[in-house]
Amino acid sequence: MIARSANGFVANRTEDCVARGLGWFSVALGLTQLLAPRSLGRVIGLENHAGVMRLLGLRELATGAGLLTQPQPQFWLKARVAGDVMDLVLLSSALASSQTGRARLALATAGVAAVTRVDYQACRCFSDRPEADISAVRVTRSITIDRPVEVLFAFWRNFENLPRIMNHVESVRVLDNQRSHWQTRGPAGRSIEWNAEIINEHPNELIAWRSTADSEVQHAGSVRFSTAPGSRGTIVKVALEYHPPAGAFGVAVAKLFGESPDKQIAVDLRRFKQLMETGETARTEGQPAGRRRSLSFKYDRMVRT
Amino acid sequence: MKAICWYGKQDVRVEQVPDPEILNPRDAIVRVTSTAICGSDLHLYDGFVPAMERGDILGHEFMGEVVEVGDGVKDLKPGDRVVVPFPISCGNCFFCKQGLSALCENSNPNAYLAEKMWGHSPAGIFGYSHLLGGYAGGQAEYVRVPFADVGPIKIENGFTDEQVLFLSDIFPTGYMAAENCDIKPGDSVAVWGCGPVGQFTIRSAKLLGAEQVFAIDSVPERLRMAEEGGAETINFETVGNVVGLLRDLTGGRGPDACIEAVGMEADGHGVQYAYDRTKQALMLETDRPIALREAILSVRNGGTLSVPGVYGGFIDKVPFGSLMNRGITVRTGQTHVHRYLKPLLERIEKGEIDPTFVVTHKMKLEDAPKAYETFLHKGDGCIKVVLKT
Repeated sequence: MIARSANGFVANRTEDCVARGLGWFSVALGLTQLLAPRSLGRVIGLENHAGVMRLLGLRELATGAGLLTQPQPQFWLKARVAGDVMDLVLLSSALASSQTGRARLALATAGVAAVTRVDYQACRCFSDRPEADISAVRVTRSITIDRPVEVLFAFWRNFENLPRIMNHVESVRVLDNQRSHWQTRGPAGRSIEWNAEIINEHPNELIAWRSTADSEVQHAGSVRFSTAPGSRGTIVKVALEYHPPAGAFGVAVAKLFGESPDKQIAVDLRRFKQLMETGETARTEGQPAGRRRSLSFKYDRMVRT
Repeated sequence: MKAICWYGKQDVRVEQVPDPEILNPRDAIVRVTSTAICGSDLHLYDGFVPAMERGDILGHEFMGEVVEVGDGVKDLKPGDRVVVPFPISCGNCFFCKQGLSALCENSNPNAYLAEKMWGHSPAGIFGYSHLLGGYAGGQAEYVRVPFADVGPIKIENGFTDEQVLFLSDIFPTGYMAAENCDIKPGDSVAVWGCGPVGQFTIRSAKLLGAEQVFAIDSVPERLRMAEEGGAETINFETVGNVVGLLRDLTGGRGPDACIEAVGMEADGHGVQYAYDRTKQALMLETDRPIALREAILSVRNGGTLSVPGVYGGFIDKVPFGSLMNRGITVRTGQTHVHRYLKPLLERIEKGEIDPTFVVTHKMKLEDAPKAYETFLHKGDGCIKVVLKT
C-alpha cells in the first residue's frame, strides 16, 4: 500500500535523505581523488597509483551525480555497492603485495567495508519499495478562469461533463454519489478503464478522488477552487498522482506518443477555461489545408492530446 | 476552393483544398474579396518562423462577405461585408476584456507549444504558424473566422476594399506603434523600416502630433513614399552612422521615441550585418536585430522604444546596458487590432488618412507565388500587394 500524506502525495522518507547523503559523499570523495590523488594515496597507504586514483574519482563523481540528480536512486545505489566491491578487491590485493604502509591500508579497507554496509542497507531499503510507487507520476497545474467558483465546481463535480474538456477521456459514468467509472484512451490507442471514488469533498472548494483497489490504473487526484484576488475569477488547481500500467516504461511510451501527463493536464485545464469562458473549445480540426490531413501531427495533434 | 499554401522556404503554391466549414457555434465563413501579403508573411516565406507545416494556408490580412454564421453569432448575417482582425480574440477572457485582444487566453489551441517556446501563449493568429494556433489563413477564396461575434467589423458605407482592407493589420499596427510612444507636442520620432507598417507608422505619428518624423530605409521608392507621408528620410546605406546623424538632427539629444518596424530579417552593412547573417544561418540566433540595436542606441535618455517589428525567438548582442542605464521604456506586442477598428475607420471616414496610398500592386489570388517573389525582392517598386479573388 502506498503511504499518502495529507495532500495525497507520497511523503519523503529517511532513505531518500540517506541516498542524498551518499550522493554528496561520492562527490566529495570523487573530487579529492581527482584533484589530490597523491595526497589521498599517502593517507591510505596506496602511493604511486595516481592514475588509478583519478579513474576511481571519475567513477565516484558519476555515481554522486546520478544519486543527486536522478529521481530513482536504486540504480546508482547498486553502482555504489559495485564500486565498493571493486575498491575492496583493489585494497586487499595491495595489502597482499605491499610491504610498506600495511597499517594505513588496513584502516582504509575497514573504512570502505563500513561504507559498503551503509550502501548495501540503502540499496535494500529501496528494493523494498513497491514497484508502482517508484514509477509514480505526479503533476500539478493551475489556471485562472474568469467565472464564479460555484459554476466551475458544479461543472467539475458532475464527472460526466469531463470528457468535454479531457480529450483522452472517452466516457465517465457516475455509479453513485461517490463512485464513477472512467474509460480513457491510453498510450498507442490502448483503452484503460478504472473506477474512482471521492475521498474528500468540500463544496465550492475541493474534490479529491482516487481509483478503487480493483482498478487497472492506480491513480489519485484533487481539484481545488479558490477565488482569485481582485475579482479576477477563480483559480483552479489540479494535482494528480498516478501509476501507469506498465510502470516507468509506460510513461516513456506515452511520452513517445506525445501523451505526457503534464501536458495532458495543462491542455485539459485550458480547454476547461475555454469552455467556461467562451462556451466552446478552440479548435482547428476539420479546417482545410494543402495536405492530406487537416491537422499537423507534429504541431497540432502532439500538443493538444 | 483555391488557397495559397506554404510548402517550405520560398515555396508557396496555389492549391485546390476543401471549403472551410463552421466548426464551432461562434464561427463564421467569409468569402474573401481582397487579401494582402504582409511583410511578416515574408518571414514565413523565408522560413524563419518556427512550427510551419507543409500545406498550411497563409494570410492574415483579408476582408470579404459573410456567407454563413454559426448559432452563436447574432450580429452578423450572410451578405454582410466585413474586415477581419488578424489576431483571434474571444472577447471573454481577462486580456480581451482589457482590450488586449492579441493576448487572448482562449484562442490558441496550441497554447502548450507556445508556452514551451515563450513561457506563456499569446492569441491565435490566422495563417501564422502552429505556435499561434495553426489556423488556416485568408489568402484563399473562403476562410473560417472563429469568434466572429467579436472580431469582424462591418463596412456599410461604400468604401472600396483597398480603403478599408488594411484595418485588418498594418494600419492598426502602425498606429499602435506610434500610440505606444505617448507622443507629446514637439516630439521627434524615428522610424526604422519604410515597408507598409513603417508607412502607416509615419502617418500615424503625424496624426498623433509628432513634430518631426525621421524615416530610415535604403529603398528609394519607400523613402519617397515616407517623404510624401511627411517624414525626413535617411538612407542608411549612404549615411553610414545613423545613430550619430539622428543625434545631430535632434540637437544632440536623440529622438524622443524610436520605432523599429523592421523585425527579424533586418538588412544592414559591414561587420555587424555579416555577423548576424552568419549566426542566423548557423541557427545560433533566430532573428537579426540590426535595426533594433540602432534604435536602442539612438533614442534619447528616458525615451521610448516601440517595436512593431516581428521577432520569433532569440537575439544576440542587444545593448541592454544602454536600455537600463538610460531609462528607456520598451513597448511592443502583436497589435490589439480589435480596439482600433472603430476609431481608425472613423479617421478614414473623416478623410484624415486614405490607406490606398500604400498599394503598389493589385494581382489575382492565383498569382500569389509571383507576388511573394516580387514583394520579397522589392522588385518592380513593390511596397504592398493586394490579391483579388
